[in-house]
Amino acid sequence: MLAASGGVVRRKRFDRLFVVLGMLVLIAALAVLLALFTDLVRQGAARLNPDFLTSFASRRPAQAGILAAWVGTSLIMLVTACVAVPVGVAAAIHLEEYAPKNWLTAIIEINVTNLAGVPSIIYGLLALGLFVYEFGLGQSILAAGLTLALLILPIVIVATREALRAVPRTIREAAYALGATRWEVTAHHVLPYSMGGVLTGMIIGLSRAIGETAPIITIGALSFIAFLPTPPFTGEFPFLSFAWLGDPFTAMPIQMFNWVSRPDPAFRVNAAAAGAILLGMTLLMNGLAIWLRHRLRKTFQW
Amino acid sequence: MKWTPILTIAAVLASSLATAPAATAAGETIKLDGSSTVFPISEAVAEEFQIARRGKVRVTVGISGTGGGFKKFCRGEIDIADASRPISRSEMAACAGAGVRYIELPVAYDALTVAVNPKNTWVDTLTLAELKKMWEPAAQGKVATWRDVNPKWPAQPLRLFGPGADSGTFDYFTEATVGKAKSSRGDFTASEDDNVLVQGVGSDVNALAYFGYAYYAPNAAKLKAVRIVNSKGAAVAPSPQGVLDGSYEPLSRPIFIYVNAASAQRPEVKAFVEFYLGEGAPLIEEVKYVPLARRAYELALRNFRTGKVGTAFGGVTEVGLDVEAMLEREGKL
Repeated sequence: MLAASGGVVRRKRFDRLFVVLGMLVLIAALAVLLALFTDLVRQGAARLNPDFLTSFASRRPAQAGILAAWVGTSLIMLVTACVAVPVGVAAAIHLEEYAPKNWLTAIIEINVTNLAGVPSIIYGLLALGLFVYEFGLGQSILAAGLTLALLILPIVIVATREALRAVPRTIREAAYALGATRWEVTAHHVLPYSMGGVLTGMIIGLSRAIGETAPIITIGALSFIAFLPTPPFTGEFPFLSFAWLGDPFTAMPIQMFNWVSRPDPAFRVNAAAAGAILLGMTLLMNGLAIWLRHRLRKTFQW
Repeated sequence: MKWTPILTIAAVLASSLATAPAATAAGETIKLDGSSTVFPISEAVAEEFQIARRGKVRVTVGISGTGGGFKKFCRGEIDIADASRPISRSEMAACAGAGVRYIELPVAYDALTVAVNPKNTWVDTLTLAELKKMWEPAAQGKVATWRDVNPKWPAQPLRLFGPGADSGTFDYFTEATVGKAKSSRGDFTASEDDNVLVQGVGSDVNALAYFGYAYYAPNAAKLKAVRIVNSKGAAVAPSPQGVLDGSYEPLSRPIFIYVNAASAQRPEVKAFVEFYLGEGAPLIEEVKYVPLARRAYELALRNFRTGKVGTAFGGVTEVGLDVEAMLEREGKL
């Protein structure tokens, strides 16, 4: 009896020790991010103003801004999300709900998981051959968006499958019992319930894509652009224009890279400011995902 | 039902795939790409040109390196190639194979600067023979201290920094000092990012590096520029003045743009190149390069207007070049 309670005390002490250890690791990880972020903000403070967001790149560091870069990054992310999410979610649904459990499915599953680990430059080279030359898309926003969509597709698929798998089996069985088809079960029940997980996957994917430099350099992101893509809204019918998809582009990481390698040290202030804003964009995206997930969780309760 | 908007967007995106590339070809976009050395100049000219044209003409400038720029240029993907060295033989062949004819135009000088740490008390001046002793392939593993170069100098380790082998700067420096382009010792710290070289020399008293004058000028407080003994025996420090009067040799070199002759027929490209040659000089000074003499710009403009195609170099880099004489030479394609 006494020995057993001694064991309990020891085990509880270990439990508390682990809590402390876990907290320390967490704090260390967050402190690094925070230190990096504060350092960028401190270095870039002089340039963190509205003008910086509304000016184009320039040879004069004090006038140079990131207008073309953040618009480019946003449009590329839009294309990426519009392509990767429908395709990724559809693929995940097929693999999880429809595909027969045989060797072909197994091979596809292994490959999807492996693709998530392929270095991004490989996607860049693939895209250069396929999108830029073979499909004739040129060095355009569309080509960049499709490239990054390929890059994050495995992430979206894996995350969506996890989310689908988390939906209790009983829900599916109840729906089938009422005569629903497989599509009805998926579209009316499984997918809405797993929306939180799907969104998380999409945001993790986009957060990776937003900072990618190697693949978009490969397909021809430019270093100096002082104009915006063709506006997507026009005065005449049909009011929507997709000419911007074919426009040349630059992106936030490219602009930062260019500024860091410039001779004039004053450009490094701009690079730090652009870095802080890029981090801010990522945090904003993640925040949006958390908020959406939170709302969806309230809607569905089992 | 929930998926309708997303599916619609996907469908519209898919349908616009076919129309998008056609839309860009119609726009008035002038495309430049190539050397990172020429980039600051092309960027400044592009910026001012677009302001002067009130944004009616779009100009894009990329950085792919001189070699990467010529690859795109000879495939006809860009209108103008930025180059920190003349077009090479294999690039001439590639352009000829694709039927791309070009006009070669020098736009400015760059003074390659040899720099040491400001705390380095023993080196103020270097001769070409000393530079060769440091950098030639035979020096690898043998010339390891400053004393190995000159017995008067201390027996401290010699730490060398230089640009990577893909750089036009590397080609020119090795040609000018060792006597053969791309012929260099391999055991030095190479970086394509010149700021790494600047930092390397700025933080190490035993270091020596070479890079473009544009990287020296803003960092002059952290570095000491070495005077180079020219062919007349005078030790000259790198400066715009020394480049213009020809006394800073052989480490000053012209840098170029190559204009696709077919693109040059387009009015906006013609206007851009004329702006580059006619009004580029103050911009070139602003980004710390040295403008050519007025006469050289006039000759270049004449060559451009008469459509004189081909290169004056025949595919090899030359040291100690007279730009005006070069502009008068016969062009080879």
